[in-house]
Amino acid sequence: MPEYLLRIRRFDPQSGEAAYWDEHSVELGERNSVLDAILKVKDEVDGSVGIRCSCQQAICGSCGVRMNGKPGLACNTHLEEAAARVRGVGWNPAEGLDESDDMTPAGVIEIEPMGNMPVIKDLIVDMDAVHWKKIQRVTPYLINKTPVPDREYIVPHENMVDVTQTMACIQCGACVSDCLSMEIDPLFVGPAALAKAYRFVGDPRDAEHYDRLNDLSQDEHGIYDCTHCFNCIDACPKGVDPMSQIMRLRRRAGSDEKIVDRNNGHRHEDAFVTLVRDYGLLNEAELLPRSYGGNSWFGKFHPAAGKELMSSIGTVATGVLRRKISPKTALLGHKLGKSDLSSLNHIYTEVEGRDQRVELNLYVTGYEDESERELAGIEDRQPPAEPSAPGEGSQSASSESETS
Amino acid sequence: MKVAYWPGCVSRGFTPELHGSMAKVAPLLDLELIELDRAACCGAGVIAEHNQELADTLNARTFALAQQTDGALMMNICSTCQGAQSECQERLDANTDYRQQINQNLSDEGLSYERGLTNKNFLWLLVEEIGLDALKAKVRRPLTDLRVGPFYGCYIVRPVDRLGVDEEHPRDRYMHMVIEALGGTVIDYAGVYKCCGFPIITMNKQASLSMAGRHLGDAMDADADCLVVPCPLCHLNLDLQQPSASKVVGRELGMPVLHLPQLVGLALGLEPKDLGMSKHVVKPTSVIDWSTSVVAGTAPAAA
Repeated sequence: MPEYLLRIRRFDPQSGEAAYWDEHSVELGERNSVLDAILKVKDEVDGSVGIRCSCQQAICGSCGVRMNGKPGLACNTHLEEAAARVRGVGWNPAEGLDESDDMTPAGVIEIEPMGNMPVIKDLIVDMDAVHWKKIQRVTPYLINKTPVPDREYIVPHENMVDVTQTMACIQCGACVSDCLSMEIDPLFVGPAALAKAYRFVGDPRDAEHYDRLNDLSQDEHGIYDCTHCFNCIDACPKGVDPMSQIMRLRRRAGSDEKIVDRNNGHRHEDAFVTLVRDYGLLNEAELLPRSYGGNSWFGKFHPAAGKELMSSIGTVATGVLRRKISPKTALLGHKLGKSDLSSLNHIYTEVEGRDQRVELNLYVTGYEDESERELAGIEDRQPPAEPSAPGEGSQSASSESETS
Repeated sequence: MKVAYWPGCVSRGFTPELHGSMAKVAPLLDLELIELDRAACCGAGVIAEHNQELADTLNARTFALAQQTDGALMMNICSTCQGAQSECQERLDANTDYRQQINQNLSDEGLSYERGLTNKNFLWLLVEEIGLDALKAKVRRPLTDLRVGPFYGCYIVRPVDRLGVDEEHPRDRYMHMVIEALGGTVIDYAGVYKCCGFPIITMNKQASLSMAGRHLGDAMDADADCLVVPCPLCHLNLDLQQPSASKVVGRELGMPVLHLPQLVGLALGLEPKDLGMSKHVVKPTSVIDWSTSVVAGTAPAAA
């Protein structure tokens, strides 16, 4: 049986001592889970190792930890998979380790508590202080439309399907752990809570879509504080794609509800889309003033744009002096040829003119296997249109227990 | 090797030195670039956030134009283009009906995207198509003693499944491998895979510049001479905005930031000025001895 070296981050804030690495060799199969290995240490060597766990089947969401740098559930991460991450695979490699440091045939697995949350003990973090507080922030329950019907609400199937992805969340906090926006701005509402917000914004029974969207748009730590870093997508053990849910909230807020937020989020998007239509390429010199001052050529004369220009005058001047930004680029931008712009205009008219947006969600449709499809002789059909007011379903509950 | 070349918007706008240096480096790598000068902006994720079908159509148009050339594949020099285009391509390749509908939007131009285009960032092409051994053989000015911090950013490493990062293609280590192949020393620091903050520069400037400032400071603490980026948007926040980021994080920075083709070009013997390094806000004086145009030895990082 392979032998793994487990390096567990130990810390007891009440002890007054600094955190330290606790090393244990564990013999277990490569398809055993990291949680199996932690519990083996806890059962056979040191009962004081703090780990929160319950179902051991990736349902309760209790055992979120970082394994060789990547957040996830200890119970559904195989030892061989965690050990293979010693190189990093898109995450910073475990501290001070590289492939040459493999001290056992199977490898080293560093296990740390999740990030962005205070540690209670060892691998147990304070979910109440961060994660659950943020979930509460988005009013995580249905607010019924009135009058309440005599019988049950009838919800179209496609609306139910639309919110399925966000309902898959088990509240494990893995996405919160490595959210790069939250790392810098701890007040950011964050990926888990915003995915939860979409669960109600996408539910046609909810009466407060506009208020929810307006609230999260106007909040300077709301939907426009996400940087598109994709960490939450890779962290999520359930395929919720929190970042994609945040983008859907932005679509609903900006395109459907026309909410112009005070954070320049919608203006930026609006200006970007318009400039690509008119120029074919991004015109950075126009994008910035329009993001602050409004989506027209005159946007740059708006006081908000002027204020931003004044605060950035040093940056702009340096760019021009170094010939990074030429006056011609700044004034005229770069453009595609006339026939290409005409084609783009046609595309914009066609797509933007639809009654309903077309959105393909691969979480719902899956990836087609073309050969099987041809064999089955499936006839062509239209892709699913994004429902205008989707959603149905009950909130998933999770239970957890702590042992330390 | 002939490739359909998508330079993106910013490399021809606010970071002209990127497009320029790629043009200089390409012949040295026996790369023939067929520029896609009719293609539109990839949308950088922003158009997709507004309307997914619109972003997918614009990128399908770019892919279709690439497929009309005789290039072996499509190459880009911008991580954000790579990430945004990979996302659209994933949807287009996954569903025939959806692809047909998107192609319908292009039919007036007589364009159509056929499933299965290969679209690689210059970094991926360097390792997977040209090969590190061939690259090594072309080095004329090894980056000896130059301590280079790779800054991957987000769009070129995540999500790993969509971008094909796996054991066979460790694309999240390619910059490490290229730096070593060019004779440099890789500096690992906390910011290697973090976000530069650019996407929220107009929404939350303080947070955006804090991100940039923190990563630059971490690289300085790790004694890097310079950073190298595969993305012009990262370059904007890490170089153009560096003086502002310095004020936000309250420390002196002065960390030169090179585009990937510039680093490759230096090692292949090109002159710094030909690679547009004089256009940088933070002058790469720690990288280059300007009087002799030779890669410096162990000079400490300084602006």
